[in-house]
Amino acid sequence: MGRKLDPTNKVKRGPGRKARKQKGAETELAKFLADEETGPKRLSSRARKRAAKRSQASNQHKEEAETEQTKKGFTDENSEWLKPAKRKRPVDESEGEDDSDTEWEEEEDLEEEEGAEMEQGDGDEDEDDDDDDDEMVDDYGAMEDSSEGEEDDGEAGSDGEELLPIERAARKQKKLQEAMEQDSEEEEDEEEEEEESGDEHADEDDTVQANIDEVDRFKLPGAEEREKEGLLPIDLKSIYQRIKDNVDVLSNFASKREEGKERAEYLSLLKKDLCTYYSYNTFLIEKLLDIFPVSELIDFLEANEIQRPVTIRTNTLKTRRRDLAQALINRGVNLDPLGKWSKVGLVIFDSSVPIGATPEYLAGHYMLQGASSLLPVMALSPQEGESVLDMSSAPGGKTTYMAQLMRNTGVIVANDASADRLKSVVGNIHRLGVTNTVICNYDGRQFPKVMGGFDRVLLDAPCSGTGVISKDPAVKTSKDEADIQRSAHLQKELILSAIDSLNAESATGGYLVYCTCSIMVEENEWVVDYALKKRNVKLVPTGLDFGKEGFTRFKERRFHPSLRLTRRFYPHSHNMDGFFVAKLKKFSNTVPTTPAGQTAEEDKVPAETETPAPSKESPTKPESKMAAGMYLEHYLDSIENLPFELQRNFQLMRDLDQRTEDLKGQIDSLAREYTANARTLSSEQKLSLLRQIQQSYSKCKEFGDDKVQLAMQTYEMVDKHIRRLDTDLARFEADLKEKQIESTDYDSTSSKGKKSESRGPKEKKVARTRSKVKNSDDDGSPKNGQKKVKLIHTGEFNAPSVNFGNVHPSDVLDMPVDPNEPTYCLCHQVSYGEMIGCDNTDCSIEWFHFACVGLTTKPRGKWYCPRCSQERKKK
Amino acid sequence: MRPLTDDETKTMFEKLSKYIGENIKLLVDRPDGTYCFRLHNDRVYYISEKILKLATNISREKLVSVGTCFGKFTKTQKFRLHITALDYLAPYAKFKVWVKPGAEQSFLYGNHVLKSGLGRITENTAQYQGVVVYSMADVPLGFGVAAKSTQECRRVDPMSIVVFHQADIGEYIRSEDTLT
Repeated sequence: MGRKLDPTNKVKRGPGRKARKQKGAETELAKFLADEETGPKRLSSRARKRAAKRSQASNQHKEEAETEQTKKGFTDENSEWLKPAKRKRPVDESEGEDDSDTEWEEEEDLEEEEGAEMEQGDGDEDEDDDDDDDEMVDDYGAMEDSSEGEEDDGEAGSDGEELLPIERAARKQKKLQEAMEQDSEEEEDEEEEEEESGDEHADEDDTVQANIDEVDRFKLPGAEEREKEGLLPIDLKSIYQRIKDNVDVLSNFASKREEGKERAEYLSLLKKDLCTYYSYNTFLIEKLLDIFPVSELIDFLEANEIQRPVTIRTNTLKTRRRDLAQALINRGVNLDPLGKWSKVGLVIFDSSVPIGATPEYLAGHYMLQGASSLLPVMALSPQEGESVLDMSSAPGGKTTYMAQLMRNTGVIVANDASADRLKSVVGNIHRLGVTNTVICNYDGRQFPKVMGGFDRVLLDAPCSGTGVISKDPAVKTSKDEADIQRSAHLQKELILSAIDSLNAESATGGYLVYCTCSIMVEENEWVVDYALKKRNVKLVPTGLDFGKEGFTRFKERRFHPSLRLTRRFYPHSHNMDGFFVAKLKKFSNTVPTTPAGQTAEEDKVPAETETPAPSKESPTKPESKMAAGMYLEHYLDSIENLPFELQRNFQLMRDLDQRTEDLKGQIDSLAREYTANARTLSSEQKLSLLRQIQQSYSKCKEFGDDKVQLAMQTYEMVDKHIRRLDTDLARFEADLKEKQIESTDYDSTSSKGKKSESRGPKEKKVARTRSKVKNSDDDGSPKNGQKKVKLIHTGEFNAPSVNFGNVHPSDVLDMPVDPNEPTYCLCHQVSYGEMIGCDNTDCSIEWFHFACVGLTTKPRGKWYCPRCSQERKKK
Repeated sequence: MRPLTDDETKTMFEKLSKYIGENIKLLVDRPDGTYCFRLHNDRVYYISEKILKLATNISREKLVSVGTCFGKFTKTQKFRLHITALDYLAPYAKFKVWVKPGAEQSFLYGNHVLKSGLGRITENTAQYQGVVVYSMADVPLGFGVAAKSTQECRRVDPMSIVVFHQADIGEYIRSEDTLT
């Protein structure tokens, strides 16, 4: 759809745009009736018309038509990509006709073009008009259907109808890809992909073709080549080619890789190229690589270069969509219904008048609004008479949509933190004739204090805007880790206050819709997962029947399985802004009390897990065997230097030791001298001697401190490697599991759940061994500490089923704990959460976890641990 | 936010009655609930009692708008109707003026309506009578004051003004910032 706006695409003659539009439906139909294709040709009314024209046409044309018809004989998938390719060259180049649109392929179109060619002038226009009329009748018939009763879609009878055109395209492409993979003809696939993704590179098809002919393998450029490249002016075309080749290799790594080159090298080159070609910063590309597989990433980046279609929403408070469409068409606007999922949306293809300043716009008959921002309101589905809160309402598109769904009944509280942006809310609300709103200017985080008890809340959280790069390309370079973290933090605060503003007891509601225009996992799934842990809410289906499922696992993070109910929308697969929608239901007004320690650790976790994002992490999972090899290789690489470093440290320590020994000898001799001559020496001499001894001692102490320092350093060095091993193990395990899931059926979730549970305790330990290294207490001798590490590790492996009391696994999960931190309590674990001290001063344990002794709050008066209280009873 | 004083009510109703006459009472006594006028930041809002109750939760400085804004009191205590009141003026208007499609745009840019752009006018419109301006498709575009009576309109030359512009829906774009 976005392509329609492209001025380079303008069709100069032949059937008009709308006629072409209709082809989409026709070809869809043709697809379903594919079996009949070989049989006698069915004639539609238009086809008959054309047949009449054809009879007037010359023989030559007939022949051409026939050849086309024979081409149509392909019944398998190949027909689709074979044909446009064939057609493209002769037709395109000779006539300068419109390009590679695969949707408009069948022979009828060609004939039509020919017919139009032949008749020129008058006839041409007639044809055009006819088409237009047909189009309108068809279209609005369909619209009527949808507005009268959505249920009877059986009449349309095709699931294709329910999909957006772009989705259809995506599906088609996917099918094609599968077919291609069987033939292992990746290059062709690439070409097809390109045809879909943008016309601007159409001329490069030839180069791809050439590439195949040569059977030239993609080679990684060496370091010096790259350096040279830095000096030369950038050749975007060659970079683009390299990206494509690289993706090709990466998606077929086992067979296409160059010997001795690692995946990481390919990936780093790809990253660099993507950054140059699409002008993103490295951070964002890395983030996106984590979210998308490589080939999809290219589609995504490509889609970000194209504007999304302009869409408007009918204000049903003032008009009907059909009337509005008619009025706008009369003003010279070319439009279409948005899709079956929306009864109020219209897509604007082009317009001779500014669409944001027509009298209809000013009269409030419609609102300029992205397709994606209709979704959260549809998910929220506010009912008449409810009280609804829109936490960040500017510029009022969603607010007014809610009002129109509620037919101006009930109350909407439209809030926004920015007073400036609220002006547009006021304008839009009055323009669209919405009367049931209260507009206020609070910080959303204060909200439950202002008023609560809402039936529904919509939280369109402020975000990094990574889903709307096509609107604001500044995002490409302006965002970094800190920005994401900052907005994620704000979002977490907002979602909690949004939940607190809800009334769980509401008869009709108690729903929260959380949405962002970001595609970052940190700002979406993570935030929702956080809310699930912190409040009595659960995820419910959004009621949107398209969009991709939210992530339940992402890199090393595991989210609640119900996050599958959330929806993600991408520019490349849905042709709307990148968007995330989650619908939550609050089932209890009580706020679960969390142990004080937990909040602190929750905040710590993101920083901990975020920083070590190793570049070797690749979104397309390699073969498990290869992955194992890769991990091992990396690990061995990193550990290579360890012995030398250890040796150096120990050498230093030994030196220090030697020096201390020497000093001690000196001190001894001095002391002997002192004791021997103590009587004869004057007080001053005594004092100087004593001072000397003292100095030597302090020096001794310094050496000792240094030694301790060194030991700690050594310990940390080893610990670092252990931690690395742990994370690698965890990641590898996750990879393996993924492989397993892929290989088995996807919906065998129950076994998956079990698996993750069984993995639970181990992961805990793994996590616990991390961190708090910094504040490790140096009570024990550091050398001992090192031994202890090993001891603890072996101990853990021997007894893997250590019980953590009744603490929720997620609480301790990822909590990094130093291995030689002292242990407490009956369960012999380190301290976490709230602890209580036994009031028996001789107690052997002293400190206990609340959970282990069955406490939730601190008891009044004296408290004795179970053991001590038993002993006291005996006494 | 407070109820209007008697003086304020009087000035405002006088102004409103220029456009909708005795239909004002339809605004005050509505079958679908109690509605009232409230003053906030010199602006008059027309709200249902139910929403009003909720709005009292919000502190004065944080409240931006509630219900529908009808207009504002100037510093000299005159009342000025805003375009936002059009939704309530248009259905009850006593005198209407329709402008031709060609003149729509001109009116929406804030110009007066000329004889040449006049499509239709209610019979018996007096001079200086408040009128609501419609497009030929019956979309309310704004309101103003008749510069000439209906009779006079028939005679005047095409370039003379027939309706003085007061407010038009183009203001939603032109002066979004001053609407509230």
